[in-house]
Amino acid sequence: MTAKHDLAPPGAAPGPTAGRPPRRSSRRSRALGTAGARLAFLGPGLGYLFVLLLVPLALVLSYTVFRRGRFGGVVYEATSENFTRLFDPLYFHIVLGSIKIAALTTLVALLLGYPTAYAIARLPRKWKTIALVAVVLPFWTNFLIRVYAWVIMLSGPGLVNEALTGIGIIDKPLELLYNQGTIVTGLLYSYLPLMILPLYAAIERLDPQLGEASANLGARPARTFLSVTLPLTMPGILTGCVFVFVPSLGNFVIPEILGGGRSIMVGNLIRDQFLKARDYPFGSALALAVIAVLIVLLFLQAWASRVYGGTEGRRG
Amino acid sequence: MSAVPEAPAVPRTLVGIEGVSRRFGDVVALDEVSLDIRQGEFFALLGPSGCGKTTLLRILAGFEAPDSGAVTLDGADLLARPAHRRPVNLMFQSYALFPHMSVAKNVAYGLEREGLPRGEVSSRVAEVLATVGLTEQAGRRPHQLSGGQRQRVALARAIVKRPRLLLLDEPLSALDKKVRAEMQLELKRLQHEVGITFVVVTHDQEEAMSLADRIAVLQAGRVEQVDAPVRLYERPGTPFVAGFIGANNLFEGTAVGEGLSAPGLGTLPAQGGLAAGTPALLGVRPESIRLGAGGVLSGVVADVSFYGGVSHIAVRVPGHERPVLVATQGPTRVTAGAEVGLGWSASDAVLIAR
Ligand SMILES: Nc1ncnc2c1ncn2[C@@H]1O[C@H](COP(=O)(O)OP(=O)(O)O)[C@@H](O)[C@H]1O
Ligand SMILES: [Mg+2]
Repeated sequence: MTAKHDLAPPGAAPGPTAGRPPRRSSRRSRALGTAGARLAFLGPGLGYLFVLLLVPLALVLSYTVFRRGRFGGVVYEATSENFTRLFDPLYFHIVLGSIKIAALTTLVALLLGYPTAYAIARLPRKWKTIALVAVVLPFWTNFLIRVYAWVIMLSGPGLVNEALTGIGIIDKPLELLYNQGTIVTGLLYSYLPLMILPLYAAIERLDPQLGEASANLGARPARTFLSVTLPLTMPGILTGCVFVFVPSLGNFVIPEILGGGRSIMVGNLIRDQFLKARDYPFGSALALAVIAVLIVLLFLQAWASRVYGGTEGRRG
Repeated sequence: MSAVPEAPAVPRTLVGIEGVSRRFGDVVALDEVSLDIRQGEFFALLGPSGCGKTTLLRILAGFEAPDSGAVTLDGADLLARPAHRRPVNLMFQSYALFPHMSVAKNVAYGLEREGLPRGEVSSRVAEVLATVGLTEQAGRRPHQLSGGQRQRVALARAIVKRPRLLLLDEPLSALDKKVRAEMQLELKRLQHEVGITFVVVTHDQEEAMSLADRIAVLQAGRVEQVDAPVRLYERPGTPFVAGFIGANNLFEGTAVGEGLSAPGLGTLPAQGGLAAGTPALLGVRPESIRLGAGGVLSGVVADVSFYGGVSHIAVRVPGHERPVLVATQGPTRVTAGAEVGLGWSASDAVLIAR
């Protein structure tokens, strides 16, 4: 198995493999032999997906067409009002804003992550391992603690302000917390490794001789990057973007803590519908909207990685 | 071609390599390599795997810098130019075709970098694809091609730029014997047609012999000998070359006036050139040895193999460790177990200082 598969959680990211010819899967199914054996292998995973993913999802889906009860709960009376409410400017704005924040986070993560991943992939073997461990090191600490650490750093009397006033760059503490930039910073900090790892796997698999061949044929380094490196690492780019965009879009912890607790992102909105307003149907409709965006995204990714497919020429 | 051996004019040097060294940690890949590659010639770098052939090509192409030494192209410093500005194209050992581009796109890539008009790019691509016989595959991706076809794409991609110098790194090593022979002819024809200077790397001596105007034999990062194939075969200059090029019968001893004095074997005839008393090696080719009574040596036939055109006879000579190999035209009447004498004329044997 390639490095990429090792890094991707099982069942996640159809991206990097989606463009491959079907040869591989037919070989795999032959290896699994009879239908019984196949079931034995697939059973646990499928059961898990069915019970923990499909059933709750079906529940959420069905809620969307019903009314909320007066004191919470669901009244089983069909209505389309949950969907019309989605387009209420108040909510629509939040959904759009969340997509913007997630997209911005993804873009910045890509711009920061690509050079990092590239540099790591070209390190000597020993340093490569050390650098990769460093990339995933933050995951060893609790997510909440890490986000609160940002509050401590960015708050009025926090580290950053102290340092800046200390060396005399500013006189008054800056308002660093509770804005969109803070949210993007927090999301970026949390999910950058998810961008770097698939990028690293894609760049690592790229045959360095292809870059040399390009130079040999008269291409400047920038042209080589655009015509050879970038298209051939596109599956990694797409995977990384999905890995960052998806959790960013649905995140409600970071906007809550770093965004000042207002309903800034759709994640908070959904959470509030379920836990505060106790409007399950509308919360479900919002959740469905997010899922719809993600499904469109996954289709785009699958399509794009088919366009850029071609597994030859990468070191396997 | 003007590469007639007796041509009086001094051939012009295209590439001058002077004292180039490159080490990787403890490994000395190239050790003070000096070579002159002449304009228009077909030059081969021959040597066992790991002797530094690829490293030398990578230095010429600009992917690797030597630790010391100089390389000139047309008298101008080549090392100062970045890889993408060198009029040198390399056909990679692994082909390094762009997997996301069609055959035609792969071939066009280098021309597009020169900023040529579209029309000219496509006509030159079509022309070179016709030359290598891949017109019908123009729209395919590399992974849809056979090994031989890929290799021809790599060749087309390198020659379409009409470089001053074409470097080929083991271009035929991935091919089976028959395709390989065809491609050798193809390469030779191409070189005559396009008039580019070729440097081909190979570890296959027959390939080097049949293709090259001159061959440099490399061993452990050093140049052992540079010569035309026939001279390399007939007059190996070092013990390594004598043992590496073709089958050879080698005897150790010391040079004397009329040949080599080999302990236990007596004096073996060879043309001199070495001062008497010099430790030396005598080399004599299997096809230069005559069988018959009254030779220099005598022994017992150990094995006879018939290869159609020639027969190989292995003769055990008391006092000599390895059997002496004799080649005769056509079938032979000698059978295993027979006592035979072995002889050769002094002019057919070489003496090499050890
Ligand atoms: N990038 C490198 N790093 C370390 N050692 C290398 C590198 N490139 C080549 N070498 C070593 O240098 C020697 C010559 O290699 P190479 O030029 O590839 O030989 P050849 O092409 O003749 O088989 C070998 O011992 C090889 O292991
Ligand atoms: Mg090599």
